[in-house]
Amino acid sequence: MILGIAEADWIALLLTLRLALISTVLLLVLCIPLAWWLAFTPNRGKVLVEALVALPLVLPPTVIGFYLLILLGPRGAVGGALEAAGLNHLAFSFTGLVVGSMVYSLPFVVQPLQNAFQNLGSRPLEAAATLRAGPLDRFVTVVLPLTQRGFLTAFVLSFAHTLGEFGVLLMIGGSIPGQTQVASIAIYNHVEALDYGAAHGLSLVLLVLAFVLLLSVYALNRRFRWVGVAQ
Amino acid sequence: MNVIFDLRRGSFALKAEFDLPDRGVTAIFGRSGCGKTSLLRCMAGLEPEASGQLQVAGQAWQRGAWSLPTHERALGYVFQEASLFPHLTVERNLRYGWRRVAPGKRRVEWQPTIELLGLEGLLDRYPAQLSGGQRQRVAVGRALLTSPDLLLMDEPLASLDSDSKAEILPYLEKLHRDLAVPLVYVSHSQDEVLRLADQLVLMDDGQVQTQGPVADVLTRLDMPLAHQQGAKALLEGAVVRQDEADHLTEVICDGQSIWVSQLNQPPGTPVRLSVAARDVTISRAPATDSSVLNCLAVQIDALEADPQPGHVLVVLRLGAQVLLSRITERSRRQLALTRGDCVYALVKGVAVH
Repeated sequence: MILGIAEADWIALLLTLRLALISTVLLLVLCIPLAWWLAFTPNRGKVLVEALVALPLVLPPTVIGFYLLILLGPRGAVGGALEAAGLNHLAFSFTGLVVGSMVYSLPFVVQPLQNAFQNLGSRPLEAAATLRAGPLDRFVTVVLPLTQRGFLTAFVLSFAHTLGEFGVLLMIGGSIPGQTQVASIAIYNHVEALDYGAAHGLSLVLLVLAFVLLLSVYALNRRFRWVGVAQ
Repeated sequence: MNVIFDLRRGSFALKAEFDLPDRGVTAIFGRSGCGKTSLLRCMAGLEPEASGQLQVAGQAWQRGAWSLPTHERALGYVFQEASLFPHLTVERNLRYGWRRVAPGKRRVEWQPTIELLGLEGLLDRYPAQLSGGQRQRVAVGRALLTSPDLLLMDEPLASLDSDSKAEILPYLEKLHRDLAVPLVYVSHSQDEVLRLADQLVLMDDGQVQTQGPVADVLTRLDMPLAHQQGAKALLEGAVVRQDEADHLTEVICDGQSIWVSQLNQPPGTPVRLSVAARDVTISRAPATDSSVLNCLAVQIDALEADPQPGHVLVVLRLGAQVLLSRITERSRRQLALTRGDCVYALVKGVAVH
């Protein structure tokens, strides 16, 4: 017991943080090209992709979890292919949770990034190109500093959203302590067992964590105002 | 250098071809929507759909649909509204392009450029702390410091108020005198063209109508500029002497003297004068009993009906240069003016550029 919270609950909490961090970082990297494409493409197929990206916002998490379970399980398209390649399928594994979290938090990363890129516009990039900066150079020296607020928002939203995730993770991960049992599921288990004290402790930690995260974003947002100035 | 560009975008089609001199200021002039900015963007490689032909300093920039990426072109580009990086100080904005050019390839030096554009006091500021005119000066400096082989400016003064324009124009004029690389300047302001341009490329509806020395294009009767309400002719001359008592300066244009309001320039300084067609009257005799200060012996080169009813536009030859005069059809008849006549042009107003 540390701070009135049992060791198993600390493990669940750390697993949650690890899951949130890994899936958010992966999402941020993978969503840059997608958000970029959505921000600048003249292609009309864009609305289709936007609707798909926004889908996790409205679907019941259990629906997402159910489909992912089928897809990642031993007989699913992805899980089956992994098995055939001599690897393990992803159902009830930490990797499966990462995949599930990424799908679930996708809109929370894509949308802030897309907005930031759209607000930035193509002019600063064109200016940088006329000043001899190549594509990667432009991204690092112009896009990143001018859209850092978008990145920060995406990071915090995705991270906080993953902290509170429940349905998707329960469906694909189950509740294996140390492997797939995250804090929200641990709280559910405590309540099921009528152990309100333990549920209180863990819930309070999540509450404080989420609040501190959001507070820091709003405080930092006051300092990162470059995108606003650029327009 | 021959420049050719084709670009289609929706219903708009750019099909432009013109000759770019090795130095001096070439103004691309036309009303908004005529494609002048698109042409400039094509030259910078900012229009991926463009095809055409452009070679600068021996290097192919565009050959058919193939295009050298913008960041590999030795160009300087000044956008209509200053596109300084808001997260960098003025100094770091200026250094952005400067440090991306290999030291051995730098032909434009840092300190003289800062001084030329009067940027010393601004280096530590952020773009948001600058006035519109200051921002454009920084943008011009940033473009120059990349040691470009070609400078492109897209209406750099269009978004500025008249005070800021007045502030930045002298810098651009200095640039015009000192710069050894060609400058292509997009504008729809006749005043800017009169002050800055050597060559004029006239555009309409995505096509080049004509091109030539500014003074020629302004006064060609087959071109729209001469027929505009504010039509002007451009004269090149040199300061001869000052009349301190009368606050006047004598300028010689093709052997004839023109008095203008006092200029603080030493004798020999070249000056540009512009004379509006409506400020020139024609007389058969030299005006000795008139308040008009400038009376020039000229020859009628051409006469043409003006769009304004009852008026005639007259092209007057002054040595190798020309003046425009808009007179009434009745005056023309009463004076029996015809082509080849030697007459006197009474010039009521002269602007110095």
